[in-house]
Amino acid sequence: MKTNQSEEVTIDNYKPSFLKKVTQHKGASIGLFIILFFLITALFAPFFVNHDPGTIYENSLKVPPVWAAEGQTSFFLGTDDLGRDILSRLIYGSRISIFIGFFVVILSLTLGTLLGLISGYFGGTIDRVIMRVIDIIMSFPSILLAIVVVTLLGPGIKNAVFAVSIVSIPGFTRIVRSTVLVEKEKEYKAASEAFGASPFRTLFLEIFPNCLAPLIVQGSLSFSDAILNAAALSFLGLGAQPPIAEWGIMLSDAKPFIESAPWMATSPGVCILLLVLGFNLFGDGLRDILDPKLER
Amino acid sequence: MSKKLFIKFLDVIPTAIGISLIAFLLIRLIPGDPVMLLLGERGSDPIVYEKMKVSLGLDLPWYEQYWSFITKAFSGDFGTSIISKNSVWEEFKTLFPATLELGIVALFFALTIGIPLGIVAAIKRNSFLDYLFMTGSLVGYSMPIFWWGLILIIVFSVNLGLTPVSGRISVLYDIEPLTGFMLIDSLQKEVIEEEGFSAFISALKHLILPSIAMGTIPLAVIARMTRSSLLEVLKEDYIRTAKSKGLSPFYVICKHALRNALVPITTVIGLMFGSIITGAILTETIFSWPGIGKWILDAVNGRDYPVIQGGVLFIGFIVVTINLTVDILYSIINPKMR
Repeated sequence: MKTNQSEEVTIDNYKPSFLKKVTQHKGASIGLFIILFFLITALFAPFFVNHDPGTIYENSLKVPPVWAAEGQTSFFLGTDDLGRDILSRLIYGSRISIFIGFFVVILSLTLGTLLGLISGYFGGTIDRVIMRVIDIIMSFPSILLAIVVVTLLGPGIKNAVFAVSIVSIPGFTRIVRSTVLVEKEKEYKAASEAFGASPFRTLFLEIFPNCLAPLIVQGSLSFSDAILNAAALSFLGLGAQPPIAEWGIMLSDAKPFIESAPWMATSPGVCILLLVLGFNLFGDGLRDILDPKLER
Repeated sequence: MSKKLFIKFLDVIPTAIGISLIAFLLIRLIPGDPVMLLLGERGSDPIVYEKMKVSLGLDLPWYEQYWSFITKAFSGDFGTSIISKNSVWEEFKTLFPATLELGIVALFFALTIGIPLGIVAAIKRNSFLDYLFMTGSLVGYSMPIFWWGLILIIVFSVNLGLTPVSGRISVLYDIEPLTGFMLIDSLQKEVIEEEGFSAFISALKHLILPSIAMGTIPLAVIARMTRSSLLEVLKEDYIRTAKSKGLSPFYVICKHALRNALVPITTVIGLMFGSIITGAILTETIFSWPGIGKWILDAVNGRDYPVIQGGVLFIGFIVVTINLTVDILYSIINPKMR
């Protein structure tokens, strides 16, 4: 096999691949590592646990973690007040959090992008109406808005996803709109229209690809917000409902026992913090990589 | 400037109408019959049912209902709580100072620590301290505060026994609510004559943990903003001029750079109010702080719809007012906006 192509690469025209840039960026690679770690535990949860997350061991209530004096090796991070294995519940909990984050980002990204594209491209009255709605959504603190939605629809995972999605829409709409406003002044838009392309063709095939970079960054950052908000809703009793193994529920279960079993409260929070931190690091890193104008 | 501000002011009107519509619709979109929800078992009596329906105005067309909702709201009538039977407005008025006090102390905590951290990180750019502070601020920004609050309680209250776990002041003290701010009320003449400063110290101790929990995310945001906006300013020509005049670096930072760097920070602080309210709902739940965050959450759990409606309306309006104020302040501080 000839390797002509690789010989042509000189220092001047060498452009590292996207993946290479990510692995060279310290923050982004740490973030990606954390995300992959939780993704793997979520996907292969049954292979990592030695207990079913719902099984109640009546003889092993509130067993401390393995490094404590009374710890048992079979319950690595201890058990909760009902005698359920905390590590198994954490691993299964990563499924719920990643699932919620994923659906929230898909939903709010699709809706938010559409609104932003229309608003930025067409301007005028439709722009004003859309931006007013976005302003109204933004004038509610995220948890309060989610509470309103849950009040109307009732608590549960599906409704929590819906509530948190609404909260995340404005971020996408604003970022897409501002990109479109810049891009539509450029000449390629006029050229596309001069060729007789319909506004929708110009908008989706010519302008939209330029919004992708900021969208990916925003997607990663709203993934972290979604996980945080969904866990908060569950903690408040408005999101996922017990006995599902979910990090926010585990924390609210732990609250009455912070004196007798503090380990019940520590590990679920560490998981939330790590996963949220992972997405924030990854998003910040992507912003550095995709937008060279921003100097750190 | 005045024209721009006027437009901003006009922009608020549709937002305000939107918020009031959401609050109005909230009680009418609940699955089920609102009259039955408000009356409970007593609703099975058709006479009581009709009376309630008329008194709620639910027999009128929706635009008349909305109009009466608005006119009532302007005269201070936001309905009565189903559970406590008190006026929603009165309850809000007594609870809001508690949230405000907590918010102010939390913001104070965030500013006094966040700004210096940001300054040090900017001056010592790319040093170990810079990386340490910025990593720390990213962790703070990612913090689930409902967990952070529990950890603070475990460490400082349960293990070290330094601070109380819940409430605003020890039950030993009976403080007459004068301003609603416990820190001020505990310094009333009568209280000091009777108890000395112990009531004030008790109030202060109760404030420490909740305000750390609530102030952590704002602190992280402020530190990052201070760093990046100071770095931006330090690149400017007038900074180089000031340095080449032989002024001390400390003087240049404080007198020339910081003044301009702090302009964007004021905006961020104003816009952070929303996240502070979110923080209030979570923090007040954990620390049993008797403010509006806990009030609304209790209302949601107790299905106390008039209170939820009032809470949504008040908080929405407060956020809109604050955003407008920030816009006005920003154009006053920043001469470029004029």
